[in-house]
Amino acid sequence: MKISDLTNSLGLEVICGQQGLTNEIRGCYVSDLLSDVMGTAREGDIWITLQTHQNIIAVASLKDLAGIILVKGLVPETETVEKSNSSGIPVLSTSLDTFTIAGKMYELLKKE
Amino acid sequence: MQFRHKIAGGDFAKAGNAAISVKKVLSQLNINHTIAKKIVIALYEGEVNVVAHAWSGIVDVEIDENQIRILITDKGPGIEDIEQAMKEGYSTASPQVREMGFGAGLGLSNMRKNSDFMNITSIPGEGTVVELINNFRPDAG
Repeated sequence: MKISDLTNSLGLEVICGQQGLTNEIRGCYVSDLLSDVMGTAREGDIWITLQTHQNIIAVASLKDLAGIILVKGLVPETETVEKSNSSGIPVLSTSLDTFTIAGKMYELLKKE
Repeated sequence: MQFRHKIAGGDFAKAGNAAISVKKVLSQLNINHTIAKKIVIALYEGEVNVVAHAWSGIVDVEIDENQIRILITDKGPGIEDIEQAMKEGYSTASPQVREMGFGAGLGLSNMRKNSDFMNITSIPGEGTVVELINNFRPDAG
């Protein structure tokens, strides 16, 4: 499953990092602690978080994550958008809360 | 191969830049992906520690055919009790730093888990030196 497939099936809005929409999703990780993501997330995971600052792009890029989903309609900061576009880590947004979007993501990935 | 990267305390915009450049170099050198991933995690955490706690720091990276050695030297408050600092969940980070999702008390343990050798020396009020070594071949050293 690619990021672009998610946008349709989960109704996500693509905010930035469009060139990464073809990234393949292998799994998902949910956390708002950056060191937890650094230590635990796996390559190809899509990361669900409420953090919107630019360091999320560095973490996603270092860990080769597929992309980031921001919850509750949160929008990334300007610097985050710039880094997302330059590094090709797509940032998507959902109006849903973490529990709900993670549940939907789980159902989708289970079918794979 | 040797190179140096400077870190400014409090500059979260650049946190991770040393790790990003090392990741690129290791990829160019065709270092095993699993080994490279560990090094990058350890260095990133070390960088964030300098940004979050110290005033300034320097990352010195030495790479030869067998290993990578990273020395992170900072001027800062130092660590009073290294054993306590190593415990998962223990952190002295400010509320602002914690709000960003840092300061969970996982950094040093991530560094230990992702390095083959780690040594910390610190003088309270002066600074901290962290040495990290990762071998490129699992059977070496």
